[in-house]
Amino acid sequence: MSIAVAKLAGPHIDWAGLSPLIAVLGGALVVLLLGLTRSRAAREMAVPGLSIVALGITIALAVSQWGERKDLIAGALRLDELTLSLTIVFCVAGISAILLSWRHIAPREAAHGEYHALLLTSIGGMVVLVAAQNLVTVFLGLELLSIPLYVLCATEMRRASSLEAGLKYLVIGSVGSATLLYGLAFLYGATGSTDFSGIAHALGGGDLATDPLLLTGIALVIVGLAFKSSVAPFHQWTPDVYQGAPTPVTAFMAVATKAAAFGVMLRLFDVALIDAAVDWAPLLAALAAITIVVGNVGALGQSSLKRLLAYSSVAQAGYMLAGVVVASRLGLQATVFYIAVYLVMNLAAFAVIVVRERETAFGDDIASLNGIGASRPLLAWPMTIAMLALAGFPATAGFIGKFYLIDAAVSGGYTWLAVFIVVGSMISLAYYLKVIAAIWMTPADDEVAASVPVPLPGGDQPLLAGGSDEATSVRANGESVAVALVFGTLTLVLGIVPSPLFDAVRDAGAALGLL
Amino acid sequence: MTLHLSIMLWLPLAFGVLGLFVRSHYAGWVAIVGAAATLACAVLCVVDFDASATGLQFVTNEPWIRELGISYKLGIDGLNLFLVALTGILWFSCTLWAKFDERTHPRERSQLFYFHLALAETAVLGALLAQDLALFVVFFDLMLVPFFFLTGIWGGAKRVQATMKLVIYTLVGSLLMLTAAIATGVIAAAGPPDISFAFSDLAQRPLSTSSQEWIFLFFAAAFLVKMPAFPLHGWMPDGYRAMPLPVLAVFSGVLSKVAAYGFLRVCLPLFPAASAHFQTLLLLIALASILYGSAMAFTTTEARLVLGYSSVAQLGFITLGVFALDPQGAQGAILQAFNHGLVVAPAFFVVALLAARSSGSEDIRDMGGIAMRAPVLAVVFLIIAFATLAMPGSSNFVGEFYILLGVFTQKIAIAIIASSGVVMAAVYGLRLYITTMHNRTGPRVESRELSFRDGLVVVPLVVLVLAIALYPQFALKRSARTVDAITLPVALKTKALAGWTSYAPLKETP
Repeated sequence: MSIAVAKLAGPHIDWAGLSPLIAVLGGALVVLLLGLTRSRAAREMAVPGLSIVALGITIALAVSQWGERKDLIAGALRLDELTLSLTIVFCVAGISAILLSWRHIAPREAAHGEYHALLLTSIGGMVVLVAAQNLVTVFLGLELLSIPLYVLCATEMRRASSLEAGLKYLVIGSVGSATLLYGLAFLYGATGSTDFSGIAHALGGGDLATDPLLLTGIALVIVGLAFKSSVAPFHQWTPDVYQGAPTPVTAFMAVATKAAAFGVMLRLFDVALIDAAVDWAPLLAALAAITIVVGNVGALGQSSLKRLLAYSSVAQAGYMLAGVVVASRLGLQATVFYIAVYLVMNLAAFAVIVVRERETAFGDDIASLNGIGASRPLLAWPMTIAMLALAGFPATAGFIGKFYLIDAAVSGGYTWLAVFIVVGSMISLAYYLKVIAAIWMTPADDEVAASVPVPLPGGDQPLLAGGSDEATSVRANGESVAVALVFGTLTLVLGIVPSPLFDAVRDAGAALGLL
Repeated sequence: MTLHLSIMLWLPLAFGVLGLFVRSHYAGWVAIVGAAATLACAVLCVVDFDASATGLQFVTNEPWIRELGISYKLGIDGLNLFLVALTGILWFSCTLWAKFDERTHPRERSQLFYFHLALAETAVLGALLAQDLALFVVFFDLMLVPFFFLTGIWGGAKRVQATMKLVIYTLVGSLLMLTAAIATGVIAAAGPPDISFAFSDLAQRPLSTSSQEWIFLFFAAAFLVKMPAFPLHGWMPDGYRAMPLPVLAVFSGVLSKVAAYGFLRVCLPLFPAASAHFQTLLLLIALASILYGSAMAFTTTEARLVLGYSSVAQLGFITLGVFALDPQGAQGAILQAFNHGLVVAPAFFVVALLAARSSGSEDIRDMGGIAMRAPVLAVVFLIIAFATLAMPGSSNFVGEFYILLGVFTQKIAIAIIASSGVVMAAVYGLRLYITTMHNRTGPRVESRELSFRDGLVVVPLVVLVLAIALYPQFALKRSARTVDAITLPVALKTKALAGWTSYAPLKETP
C-alpha cells in the first residue's frame, strides 16, 4: 500500500505551508454542508460563526508561518511574507464582510450555506492568486476568486439591480479573464516558460525586450489585470457593480479583490517581468496617471455613496499602481502598506453605509448621512475619519500611506507621477469633504421624516432623543457598528503609530528580493 | 530646569478630549483650564529662554517613523519663541471669549466646539515647534481640520460653501508642499536608508539649484495661500464672513503667521539659492498684497472684512520683511507677526462688541456714535486702532520700521512704494474707528459700556500691546541670534546674484 502511494506521489507537498489555504477551503466545505441543516439557528448563527472561525484559523496559521520563504507544490505557489500578509488582508476583509452581512438580506435569500461558502472559496482563490508563481496558477487563482464573486453580486435575487450587477460583472470579468489568458499564452510563447523564475531567466538576457510576442503578451496581461483591479480606462463596470451588489459584498470586493489584483501584479511585474520593465513601466505609469484623474473626476458628481466609493477606489487603484510602476523595494513596500491602509479606511466607511441603508429610506444616498454627527456619533466619527484618511489628511493612516507612495515614486525617479497623486488628492477633497459636510453640517430633519414609516398628521414627527436613538441603532446593528468603530479607530491609530505595519511590510518587501 | 515641549504641545488636546466627556456646560471651563495651562507653559518658555545662546533650546528628539526618516523633533529658538507665546495668549483669550459668548449666542454641541478649538491649538503649536520637515507638514495640514469643522458647523451664512472653499484652497497649497517636502528629503539623502527630514540634517545636505527652485515654488504656494497673499486670497472674504468671531480671531491672529514663519523656518535655510533667485517675485507679491489689501480695507463696509483685508496688507509687510533677506527685515517680520496677532485678535473682539451694540449688524454704516456711552470701549479700540496703523510709539511702528529698513538696503524702489502702505493703514484704521465710534449715532445703535467679562478678555491683550510698545527690545533681543544665523547666508547669496532690480549699493556684510 505504502509503496503504491509512493509511486503515485507527485511533487512533495508541504502541508504546513499550504495550511492557510486548506483552512479556508476546508471551512468553505464545512459551511456549505452545515447550511443544509433544517435548524434555523444552525444556518443563521453557526454558519457565519464557523466561517469567521475558519478565517480566524487561517489568520493564525498565516501568522505562524511568518518568516518562511519556500516554494510549494513544485514551484506552483510561493509562500513568503507577501503571500502571508495579503492572506491576512483577505481574511480580515472576509470577517468584516460576514459581520456586515450578519443581518443582511443577501445571505438569507441566497441561503446562508452557499453565501458563506462562496465567500470563503473566493478568499481561497485570492490566496492562490497572490501566491501564484506560475502562469497557470495565476489563472486558476483568478477564476477561483472571480466566479464566486459573480454569484455573490447577484445574491439579492429579488432586487433587479443586484442581478444586473452580477450579470455585468460576469460578462466584463470574463472578458478580462479571457484577455489575461490570451496574454499569458503569449508570455509563454515568448519566453518558453510558465514559471515566474523561468520567465525572469529568459528575459534576463535582454534580447527579448523588443520581441513582438512578448510585447503583445505584456499588453494583454496589463489589460486583463486592469479589468480586475478597475484601472481606467477599464473601470467602467466598477460603479455599476459596486452600486448594485449587496453592500457587504461591495465592501469585500472593494478591498479584497483589489488587494489580490495588486498582489499578483507585484509578483508578475516586479519579479517575473522585472527585466522587461522598459516595456511595461511607461504603459503602467500612463495608466496610473489616467486612473487617478478619471477616478477622482468621476467621483465628483456622485450622490450615491457606493458609486462615490467605487470611483474613489478607481482613484486609489491609480495611487497603488504608482507603487508597482516604480519596481523598487520601496515601491513594493509602499504598495503593500497602502493595500493594508486602504482595507482599514474602506471597511470603516462601508460599515457605516450598511447601517444607514437599514435605518433610512435613502439607501446609499449621501442624504442618508445627513445630521448623523448629532444623532449617531458612533457612526459619524468612523465615517469622518475614513473620509479624512481617504483624502490623505495627516494623523490618519491614509496620510502615511500616501506619504510612503510619494516617497517611493520620487526616489524611483517618477516625480511627475507623485505630482499626479497629489493633484488627484486635491480633486478628491471636493467629494470626500462633501460627505463630511453631510454628516456634520447638514440638519437631519429630512432624514427623520423619511425614516419614520408612517408620518404623523400635521408634520408632527416624534422626536428621537439622541441617546436612546443611538442605543437602538447599536442594538439593531451591533456587528456593523463594531466593524465601523474598530476600523475607524485603526485608521487613526495606524496614522499615529504606523511602526507595526511598517515592520510587516518590510518583511514582505524583503521577500521578493528587489533592490 | 528642563521644559518638556511635548507637554505643552499635547496639553490642549488632552483637555479637549476630556471636555468631550463632561456635560456641555462644563466643556468650556475644561477648555479654558487647558488653554491656561498651555499659556503657563509658553510663558515658562519665554522666561527660561536663553537669549545669548544660538541653536535650539528645550529640544525633544525621538524617532517617529524610522522607515521614512521622520523624527518627532521639537525645539524653540528665536524664530518661534514669540509665535508660541502668541498662540498661548490668543487661544486663552479666545477660549474665554467663546465661553462668555455662550450666554448671548447659545451654542449647540459645545463639547465638540471646544474639542476642535483645542485640537487647533495643538496643531498650530506642533507646526511652530516642529524641527522636522515632515512633522511640520503633518501639523501644518492638520491645522486645517479643526477649522473646517469650526466654520462648517458653528459658522454664519453660507458656512458650508465657505469652509469647503477655505479647505480646498489651502490644501491645494499644502499638498504641493507635501510633495516638495518629500522630494527635499529624498533628493537630499544619499539613499533610502539614509533619509532624514530633520531640519538640522537637511540644512547640511544642500540641494542643487534646479531642485531648489521648483521645491521652493511649491512651498511658497502653500504659505502664500495660507497667509493669504494677494492673488491667492480668494477664500478669504467668504471664509472670514462665515467663521464664528472667536475662531476667526485665532485664525487671523495665528494661522497666517505660521505661513510667514514657514518661509523663515523652511525656505530660507533649506533653499537659500532659490530664495535669493525668487526674491524679487516674492517682494512684488508682498507689495501687491499691501496695496490691494489696503485699498480693499478702506472701501469695504463689513467690519470684519476691513480687518481681513488689513491682515492681507499686514501679512504683505511681513513677507516683505522675510524676503528682504536681511537680518533687520527678518527681525522686523518676526516682531510684526507677534504684534499683528496681538492686535488683530482684540480688534475682532471689538467688532463683536460693536455688532452687539448695533442690533447684530457688522456693517460699519449701521454703526456710529458708540463712543458716547462707552468711553472705556472707545479707549480700548483707539489703542488697537493706533497699533494697527503703526503709530510711532507703538510696537507695530518698530516692526514696520525694521522691515522697511531691511528692504531699503536691498531694493529701494520696492521699499518706497511699500511705505505708502503705512499711510494707507492710517486711512483705513482711522476710518474704521471714526465711522463706528463717532459720527452720527446709527438708527439701531444702543450703546453700552464694556462689561466686566468683556474686559477680562480684551484688557489683558491691550495691556500687552502697550507693554510691547514700550519695550520691543524684549522680543528683538531674543530673536536676534537665530535671525542672523538664518538670514546672513542668504543675504550673502543675494549680493552675489544682484540682478537688474537691485538698486541697493552692495554693502560689506559683517
